[in-house]
Amino acid sequence: MYRYDEFDESFVSSRVAQFRDQVRRRLSGDLSEDQFKPLRLMNGVYLQLHAYMLRVAIPYGTLNARQMRKLAEVARTYDRGYGHFTTRQNIQFNWPRLQDVPDILAELAEVEMHAIQTSGNCIRNVTADHFAGAAADEVADPRPYAEILRQWSSLHPEFSFLPRKFKIAVTGAAHDRAAVQVHDIGLQLVRDEAGSIGFTVFVGGGLGRTPMVARKVRDFLPETDLLAYTEAILRVYNRYGRRDNKYKARVKILMHETGLDTLRADIEREFEEVRSGVLDLPKAEVDRITAYFAPPPFAQEEAGDADAFAQALDSDPALAVFAERNLAPHKAPGYASLTISLKPIGEAPGDASAEQMELVADLAETFGHDEIRVSHEQNLVLPHVRRADVPEIFRRLRGAGLAEANAGLITDIIACPGMDYCALATARSIPVAQRISERFAASGRQQEIGDLKVKISGCINACGHHHVGHIGILGVEKKGEEYYQITLGGSGDENTAIGQIVGRGFSYDGIVDAVETVVDTYLGLRQSPQEDFLAAYRRVGDAPFKEALYGTA
Amino acid sequence: MQADIYKENGFSIDDWQLLEEDQAVPTEPGRFLVSLERFVAAPEAFADLREIAILVRAGDDVTVLAPHLDRFTMVAIEFAAFSDGRGYSSARLLRQRLCYRGELRAVGDVLLDQIPLMRRCGFDAFKVVHEPTRRALETGHLAEVPLYLQPAARPDEQPAGARAWARSPVGLAR
Repeated sequence: MYRYDEFDESFVSSRVAQFRDQVRRRLSGDLSEDQFKPLRLMNGVYLQLHAYMLRVAIPYGTLNARQMRKLAEVARTYDRGYGHFTTRQNIQFNWPRLQDVPDILAELAEVEMHAIQTSGNCIRNVTADHFAGAAADEVADPRPYAEILRQWSSLHPEFSFLPRKFKIAVTGAAHDRAAVQVHDIGLQLVRDEAGSIGFTVFVGGGLGRTPMVARKVRDFLPETDLLAYTEAILRVYNRYGRRDNKYKARVKILMHETGLDTLRADIEREFEEVRSGVLDLPKAEVDRITAYFAPPPFAQEEAGDADAFAQALDSDPALAVFAERNLAPHKAPGYASLTISLKPIGEAPGDASAEQMELVADLAETFGHDEIRVSHEQNLVLPHVRRADVPEIFRRLRGAGLAEANAGLITDIIACPGMDYCALATARSIPVAQRISERFAASGRQQEIGDLKVKISGCINACGHHHVGHIGILGVEKKGEEYYQITLGGSGDENTAIGQIVGRGFSYDGIVDAVETVVDTYLGLRQSPQEDFLAAYRRVGDAPFKEALYGTA
Repeated sequence: MQADIYKENGFSIDDWQLLEEDQAVPTEPGRFLVSLERFVAAPEAFADLREIAILVRAGDDVTVLAPHLDRFTMVAIEFAAFSDGRGYSSARLLRQRLCYRGELRAVGDVLLDQIPLMRRCGFDAFKVVHEPTRRALETGHLAEVPLYLQPAARPDEQPAGARAWARSPVGLAR
């Protein structure tokens, strides 16, 4: 993985000193809260319902054991012993004191971490496929490009006061696990006929109040033009994006109001001015950054390994279920990427205790080439483990309550913090996730249902990504009561779709029954267990579900 | 008049006078600041003014100034609110695309923490009325991260290390 050089070290420690000075000036009154707010946001500090919240960047979701242990230490020292992994592959601490934040950042800098641009109207943490560098289906590792973009966008002088936040995601595979089409810029690595690396570029996706799927602006952007083209998009957005209404300020609205052809022409015109200049990416530099992400030295698969693993699965049904759900295909023979679910039944999605973080760090060091990933589905991943080691990893995870075999199942729920933490929320989300999780946890039941993504947001800002849930749940407030709207058919992969509202909402007490009705309806109409929920929904439409929920088609 | 124009070598007095939209073009000598909109509508109306500066507001397209740039002693870019970042793009376009060489001044809601970013976009003068910002600048306190990860518009920056996109200020050995 990427390692800081002297330049990066000085950069991050200068940023810590700068923020320390900003906090000092805020506390002395030189800065008003209005003046301080964008400064603290650009360093990941939010003011939540009960306290400040610090969001620490985990660039493209990649970290090592040492960094994970530091996060555990921060959780223990400055928080209440746990952290919350987010849908943008970051981690949030919910209870730090403002005056402690500079010290926390200084400690994080020791392990090459920071909180730069995890919030604010700037270019946010660049995200990528959580199986990057491991996935069997990958064209190339997206992380070197995400790292180059991370560097180039850090404290960018022109793009620190954009109309609104700006999110970039990169996928290295045709099967999109990074949800690139619901980002402001989505990049998909592709090769042209000559075998050269480039990007298919999508612009203007996003969720929130006005969900939109990104539009393709380029089929093939050569690697060398990555920064020049990104700068062109950002400059067009900075100049022409709306600033009169924060809910209409994302680039998706500019795309919608300007139209694809005109906006693409604007971008290309700007790109013509910028290209072939200082922002060209020299091949040697791309290679140098890529070398940091070289695959670890994988062990040869030994004769008998596969048989031994098959035997272990035969003799332990729980392990077999875990392997079925939580292992993903790896490019190296005998290896797999292992998902550690942070969705134990009945718990808050994405939370991990300091002890759990330390266990994951130990496992990564012992079995996983010292690599850990955070997925946008709020789980952790050991990207490179030998299949032969999975039984032992499973045993140790089980001891820490981390062996839930539910990756991609109905209890693997994404939920925003909701009214339990967030000042914007209008309804609870975590308790709804917990109750759904408990309802479907019964042994075998969630396995029988199969792949099904449930995503819950506690307000229309859609941090729980409900628009792209196969079943999406949106909590709203009506006359002092929480109501939950169900959307169906959303998807955040290469066939991205925004879910459709199925009908009137359900009460806090009724929402779990409603979800169960939807699931039972699916089970009744699917053609085979291989037809998953989304495929079935796309085949039959929403009529059977409406009928089941409301008695009227 | 208060000395509120900050440049490399300290504070000086603002000797430019804003020409209000309904004010006739003066015949007496003086330094006058004219809005981009008004100037572009009738450039010839200002032919007799010896010294003229342009006021660019957020949303103005600075590229329309291209044929006239050698007439301006100064261009002022207004930040109606410090959180409106359009002025940064206007500055870079003026400096880098149109090669404007005169004074480029930030006016309006100009605060300490934005000044380093503004400088990197090509501003070399700042009208500062925010008292804590003035105090900090007077004592040379410019809380900056003096290492940069992207090429921008300041001439006194040099490549830093192997990365094509990294820069550091000239004079700071890194």
